[in-house]
Amino acid sequence: MSGAPGREAALGDGWELVVGLEVHVELSTATKLFCGCANRFGDEPNTNVCPVCLGLPGSLPVVNAAAVDFAMRLGRALGCEARGAVFARKNYFYPDMPKAYQISQYDQPTNTDGRLELPGGHTVGIERAHIEEDTGKTTHIGGGGRIHDADYALVDYNRAGVPLVEIVSRPDIRGAEQARAYVRELRAILLAVGVSDARMEEGSMRVDANVSVRPAGSDELRTRCEIKNLSSLRALGRAIVYEAQRHVDLWSGGERPRQETRHWDEANGRTTPGRSKEDADDYRYFQDPDLVPLAPAAETVAAIDAALPPLPAARRADLAADGGGAVSAEDAALLVERGQDGLVRAAIAAGADPGVAATRVANDLAVEDWAPVTPEGLAALVAMETSGRLTATQSKQVLAEMAEGGGFPDAIAERRGFQAMAGDDLAAVVDQVISENAEAWSRFCAGDEAERKKLAGFLTGQVMRATRGQADGAAVNRLLAARARSRP
Amino acid sequence: MTALGVAAAVAAGERTARSVAEDYLDRISAGDGEIGAFNLVLADEALADADRVDAALGRGEPVGPLAGVPVALKDNLCTRGIPTTCSSRMLEGWRPPYSATVVERLRAAGAVIVGKTNLDEFAMGSSTENSAFGPTRNPHDTSRVPGGSSGGSAAAVAAGFAALALGSDTGGSIRQPAALCGVVGMKPTYGRVSRYGLIAFASSLDHIGPFGATVADAAACYEAIAGHDPLDSTSIDLPLEPIDGALADGVEGLRVGVVAELCGGRLQAAHLVGTDAPAASGVEGVADDVLARVQDAAEALEQAGAEVRTVSVPSAVLGLSAYYLITSAEASSNLARYDGVRYGLRVEAANAAEMNVNTRTAGFGTEAKRRIILGTYALSAGYYDAFYGKALRVRTLMLQEFAAVYEDVDVLLCPTAPTTAFELGAKIADPMLMYLNDVCTIPSDLTGHPAISVPFGRGDDGLPVGVQVMGPALSERLIFRVAAALERAAPGNGSAP
Amino acid sequence: MSGRITRDEAAHVARLARLRFSDEELDELAAQLSAVLDHAADVEALDVTDIAPTSHPHPLVNVTRADEVRPSLDRDEVLAQAPSVDDGQFRVPPILGEAP
Ligand SMILES: [Mg+2]
Ligand SMILES: [Zn+2]
Repeated sequence: MSGAPGREAALGDGWELVVGLEVHVELSTATKLFCGCANRFGDEPNTNVCPVCLGLPGSLPVVNAAAVDFAMRLGRALGCEARGAVFARKNYFYPDMPKAYQISQYDQPTNTDGRLELPGGHTVGIERAHIEEDTGKTTHIGGGGRIHDADYALVDYNRAGVPLVEIVSRPDIRGAEQARAYVRELRAILLAVGVSDARMEEGSMRVDANVSVRPAGSDELRTRCEIKNLSSLRALGRAIVYEAQRHVDLWSGGERPRQETRHWDEANGRTTPGRSKEDADDYRYFQDPDLVPLAPAAETVAAIDAALPPLPAARRADLAADGGGAVSAEDAALLVERGQDGLVRAAIAAGADPGVAATRVANDLAVEDWAPVTPEGLAALVAMETSGRLTATQSKQVLAEMAEGGGFPDAIAERRGFQAMAGDDLAAVVDQVISENAEAWSRFCAGDEAERKKLAGFLTGQVMRATRGQADGAAVNRLLAARARSRP
Repeated sequence: MTALGVAAAVAAGERTARSVAEDYLDRISAGDGEIGAFNLVLADEALADADRVDAALGRGEPVGPLAGVPVALKDNLCTRGIPTTCSSRMLEGWRPPYSATVVERLRAAGAVIVGKTNLDEFAMGSSTENSAFGPTRNPHDTSRVPGGSSGGSAAAVAAGFAALALGSDTGGSIRQPAALCGVVGMKPTYGRVSRYGLIAFASSLDHIGPFGATVADAAACYEAIAGHDPLDSTSIDLPLEPIDGALADGVEGLRVGVVAELCGGRLQAAHLVGTDAPAASGVEGVADDVLARVQDAAEALEQAGAEVRTVSVPSAVLGLSAYYLITSAEASSNLARYDGVRYGLRVEAANAAEMNVNTRTAGFGTEAKRRIILGTYALSAGYYDAFYGKALRVRTLMLQEFAAVYEDVDVLLCPTAPTTAFELGAKIADPMLMYLNDVCTIPSDLTGHPAISVPFGRGDDGLPVGVQVMGPALSERLIFRVAAALERAAPGNGSAP
Repeated sequence: MSGRITRDEAAHVARLARLRFSDEELDELAAQLSAVLDHAADVEALDVTDIAPTSHPHPLVNVTRADEVRPSLDRDEVLAQAPSVDDGQFRVPPILGEAP
């Protein structure tokens, strides 16, 4: 484990945080894991249900091939071994669980032994990433929404049977910031491989944290508490810090924490013990006799590997290499997380200054809906900024307009009255381009309408390149026409 | 008239499907008060089905191979909009929103469904006494049980209330009642017939199969329901061999093994003993009169040109224990869904967990509860390896031993049930005694191999005896063929009393 | 009667299975299950360590379906079978504990 970026000095002297995360992710398949009902969020309650996902007597599950494929794609992206797998039943009663057992994977999961490298270089081991089905949704009515004061509960099974992958990390996380970085990186991987929309706020990505502490430098594993109800990155970080300090205080006072499930109380900023479960944790796992094992062929795994898109770590490395040291690690991580690294790399290839391009996009480009911005446009904008034609403030405004579909930066700058290169400066560049492209220039002068148009495009491009996009295209055209008329 | 006779008469226009249905419905209303084969008689639906068949024939449209044949369904098969109870208070009045694959296939074959038959609650039992709605009685002697758990289906065919019936077989629940009621009952290879819509007892051993008055009828019914179903992950996707042409082929040159252990370790006919060394041990409780009919059957096959010998499958004696551990474990999980939330019975309480407890305590009968407790125990932490895990390994052992035996012989012969039909109430108080009814049928449920029971003579009490023919996986055509030979040789073929 | 299962064990298992029994019923159940387990002593005693478990009679693998939406059930037909319904949902008494 390299480097200190994750080491956070929240705990008292001599204590070290030990955190493992369990992340449940809903896969974005068209249908549920074991039936053909739509996997869709927000429909009227109990409209996406059938005998299978309602657990009606006599119904039988059949595995969704896409869910297995998605899970394996994710597993391979996490460096896991893809293995033969078996579905097991986890038996427990709860009204949102239609069969009174959850079909999950137990001792033979689809993915095992992977790793996730954080942007700072720290590596977190992945114990397993297994496939399981989601539960229905329970709404507690009355009693101010608190579970144990409710008058009754309502159950909607639209979500029951939606495919999940549960990603279980090893207890390799050493701080709240690292935990957040882990979740952000996992989300970036999920988005990159295209298997989930991974939205914590909508519940399609749910994080539980196993927290314990130990004397710094030891490798023991002390009593841990599992914290649930972490619905944002902010909550995740705060809950870990709170819980770790609670453990340190207990140990320091000669007490020991109880192994239990706790809840994060966002309003009061603390964890509270979960009410005791109705059953002991004896889930009586056994192989589900209604399903047969998954045995991925070597060719299947190879095909999945071959089709994997470049992953965030590799993309950060590529961006760093293209940037020649000018792109900061923070910018690179952010750009990759948002999927904007491709834009920046293409702009660099088109001649943009790497550091400015990365910073401008990382700081000032919208997180969503930025599709109209092209690499050429970005390169031109950066050139305008580096050459002093635009101030940084003007550049941000122009970028915002480009993201709204406003076109090329020079036009925007002109429309807004931002100064563009013109006059003698531009004439000098045009003259230089003419002399450097003598052959094209003679053909431009001698050619017919079509030829002239074609070559005008070429020569204007040369001027744009020479001015790093600061030139006004219309002005260049006027200058070229004037020079041709006055040609001896 | 046989089922095939009905189908032929209807297809030829000699009878209307409606008149056939009316005949059967009349027999039901006259006789089922005494027998109690049905939980529900579908008179209106049956006549409507029959009219559809007649109308199709009238228009000259093709009709299925079972056109106009009255069929009874065990009441653990889902029928859309029609109550499906498993003979349990838990599901009383439940109308499934879908039908089992086998039900759809029977309808497509032109069958007319006359009713839903009684069973031991959730198919757990061997006498049809564990029904929340009262027992079914044996048409041959109404003081006796019909066997179980598909006792209603077996009795319906034996009493002439239906030409065919479907049952389910997890430990012998088709074959044992077929033997006790003097009809043919067959359990196909696991995966040959879709389980979709069969309310689960023990998923890895549950099979659906036919009852018929004759081997040919049972074969026709099997052919109508068999075949791959994408809704059942355990369904076998291989082509079906037509059975029809094989039934008259005889057994000349076939190698038949009599399983020593499933004959209680005792065989009396001198020429059968010592062909291979018979095991000294065998299953408990096989009666002498039943054993004598098995020997008669073996001799009849020999007469017909088969080569008969004794073979040994030592693990067969472990079958009963393995069966109870595995099926109870699976059942404890399969029956957990009856929690009062979505369908069926609910007994209210102040909170959801208590509501679950009240509902399940009131909804399940004694035998279902007993197996749920045994299965929960067998799966729970600390006992899994000793019981459930071991039982799964016994299953492997049994598969290995049967595979070895099928190197030497083509089919196996043994009793279906250890005794003829017993008195109502005789075994109900002693679960272990009741469980012993299934010792001979359990092995092929554990291995998933096909097996058939054929009536072959009578016991000392004058009641029917069934002999069982077992074959390796996917050997349905072969076991039907051997069963047909036995049927031809049988001293009485179990016609209705 | 071997007493392989005690009344307390039977009671624990009954709680897991969400069933309630009187003390007399528990004793009877414990005795009957002990008899079944006595019979299963043959299986329990067997040395089968070298034999792999068989969960299924036929060795099928990779049975899957295509990710294509099929019609769901009509909600009214589904809810018509429910013991208690409210606002298009299944209604249950208050739930005290949390899901595992
Ligand atoms: Mg999970
Ligand atoms: Zn569904």
